[in-house]
Amino acid sequence: MSRRIPWGALVLLAAFFVPAMGSRYYTFLANDVVIWALFATSLNLLVGYTGLVSFGHAAYFGVGAYTTGILMKKVGLPFLVAFPAAGVAAAAFALLFGYFCVRLTKIYFAMLTLAFAQIVWAICFKWNEVTGGEQGMPEIPYPDFGWVERVGTVLPWVGVYRTSEYFYFLTLVLVGACFWLLRRIVGSPFGRMLTTIRENPERAEFIGVNVRRYELAAFVLAGTFAGLAGGLFGIFNRGVFPDFAYWSKSAEVLIMTLLGGMGAFFGPAVGALALLWLNQQIVSYTEYWPLILGVILVILLFVFPGGIAGATAAAWRRLGRRARGA
Amino acid sequence: MPDFSFIFAQSLSGLTAAMFLFLIASGLSLIFGVLRVLNFAHGSFYMLGAYGAYQFVQWFGTGPGRFWWAVLGAALAVAVLGGVIERLLFRYLYDKEELYQLLFTYALVLILSDAAKILWGTQQKSVSRPPGLAGSFHLFGATIPYYNLFILALGPAIALGFWWVLHRTRAGRLIRAAALDRETLAALGVNVNRLYMAVFMIGSFLGGLGGALVTPVKSVVPGMDTEMIVEAFIVVVIGGLGSFWGTFLGALIYGQVLSFGILFIPRFSIFSVFVLMAAVLIIRPWGLLGRPLK
Repeated sequence: MSRRIPWGALVLLAAFFVPAMGSRYYTFLANDVVIWALFATSLNLLVGYTGLVSFGHAAYFGVGAYTTGILMKKVGLPFLVAFPAAGVAAAAFALLFGYFCVRLTKIYFAMLTLAFAQIVWAICFKWNEVTGGEQGMPEIPYPDFGWVERVGTVLPWVGVYRTSEYFYFLTLVLVGACFWLLRRIVGSPFGRMLTTIRENPERAEFIGVNVRRYELAAFVLAGTFAGLAGGLFGIFNRGVFPDFAYWSKSAEVLIMTLLGGMGAFFGPAVGALALLWLNQQIVSYTEYWPLILGVILVILLFVFPGGIAGATAAAWRRLGRRARGA
Repeated sequence: MPDFSFIFAQSLSGLTAAMFLFLIASGLSLIFGVLRVLNFAHGSFYMLGAYGAYQFVQWFGTGPGRFWWAVLGAALAVAVLGGVIERLLFRYLYDKEELYQLLFTYALVLILSDAAKILWGTQQKSVSRPPGLAGSFHLFGATIPYYNLFILALGPAIALGFWWVLHRTRAGRLIRAAALDRETLAALGVNVNRLYMAVFMIGSFLGGLGGALVTPVKSVVPGMDTEMIVEAFIVVVIGGLGSFWGTFLGALIYGQVLSFGILFIPRFSIFSVFVLMAAVLIIRPWGLLGRPLK
C-alpha cells in the first residue's frame, strides 16, 4: 500500500500550503510538529529499530540547539554553517557517550544514557559564559532571508511571506531531506542488521556481526539527527535553554515515539503530531496538561502498546478480514 | 584552607543529607532488587510523604508527639497508595519490556505531581520542627540542630533494622529469595504476587517516610519529586541497584561529594555527581557493592 502511494512525500507537499491558510498560529504549530517529528524519528532508530532504550536522547537535541545558537548568535556565522555544525557536534557527543553506553545492556544502558544527558544539562545550566547558564540564550537570530526578498522582486508570489514562514519552508525542506536519509538508512542492509540485532543480539554475534559497532553506529546516527532537530528548534523557539537537555525532555520524546508507534517508520512523526496538537487543544481548557498526558500514557501502555500506528494497522487487518469474510 | 569548624559543619550537613537520601533510596533499591523495575515514581512518593506530613500536622495540631503521628500517618498513606497502584496497574507490566515499565512509572510522576498541585496548590508549605527537637547545640564551633542529630541516628538505626529484617526473619528470607528466583519461589508455594505487593508497599513507605521527615528541614514545594528522583537514582547506581549496603554507601558518598563539591568547585558540584554516576556505570555497571545481574 505505502509502496505505491508515497504518503510521506504527499504529506510534506501538503505541509507547504499551511502558511497559505493565513493563520500564523497553524504555521507555528506545524513548524513545531515538523521539528519534533524529526527528533522522535531519530530516537526511533535507536529504540524501535535497534531495541536500545535511551533515556537521554535530549542530550543530543540540546547539544545541537546550543551549537547552532552559539554559532549564530555569538560567533555570527551563517545558518548554512551553523546548521550542519549542530549535526557534527551532536555526532561527536554521541560517539563519545555511545562508546561507553553500548557496552551496557537494558536498564544499565538506559541509566548511563540518562547520566550523560544530565552531564550535558549540568554543563548548559552552569557554564554561564558560553551557554548563558540558567537563563539560557534568548534571541537566536533567524537565518538571513534577504536573498528571498531579492528573488521576490522578480517573482512576486515568493515575496509575500513573513520571516517565520520562510523559516518554516526551510524547516520543511531540511526535515524532508533528513526523513529521506533516515528512510534510506532503515531500508539499507545496515538498517536490516539493526533490526536483526534487536530481535536476537546473540545470533547476530554468532553470524559474525560486530554488534557493538552496529549499535554505536545507530547511536551516532540517532544523535546526529536529534542534533539537527535541536539546531532547528533553537531558532524556531527564538532561544535555547538548559531544559532542552533535561531528562524530562527525553521522556517526552519517548512518549511521542511510543504514542505514534515504534513499529512503523512514520509512527513517531504521527506521535509528534498527535501529542502537540492534543497539547494545544487541552492547554486552552486546563493547566493540568501533565495529568492528562499521564492518563493518556497509562491508557496507551495498557490498551494500545503498539501506539497509533499499531492500532491503525490492527484495525485495517480486521476490516480486511471482515471484507474477505463477507 | 577553610578552618576546621567549617569542614566539620560541612561534612555533618553532608551526612544529614546522606541519611535522608539513604532512607528514600533504600526504598527505590528494594523495589528494583526484587521487582526488577526502576521506579521513577519513587520521587513522587517522597513528595506525597512530605505533603502528607504537612496535611496531618494541619489536622493534628502541633502538640507534643503530634509531629511523629503525622509522619507515620503520611508514610502509611503513601504505602497504601503504592499498594493500590501495584495491585491495579503495575502488576500487569512485570512481563513487559523495560521501556513500558519505565514509561508507566513516568506516567505516575506526571499524574501524581499534578494531583499534588490540585490538592495543595503551588504555594510552598513548611512544617516546624517537633517541639522536643526544636533547639540546637554547638560543637567545634558549628551549630547543630537537635533534629539533624536525630536524623543522623535514625539513618543507621533504620539500616540496621532493615538488615535484621532481611537476614533474620522469614519475611526477609522470602524477599531475598524473590529477588533471586521468582519462579522457583512460586513453585514452592509462596504467593509471589502478594509478596511483590508487600515489597512495593514497603518501598513506597520508605519513600513517603523520607519525604515526611524532611519537612522540618526543607520546604514542601511542587517539583521536589523530580529533583529527588534524580538524586535517588544516582545513589542507587553508585552503590549498586538492589544492594542494600550499597545504597547506604552510595548515600554517604553522594552527601560528601555534594557538600564538599559546593566548597571547592561551587559551580560544578551538580556536574561532579553526574560524572561520578557515569563513571561507576562505565567501570562497574552493577555499582560499588552490587552484584551483576544474570
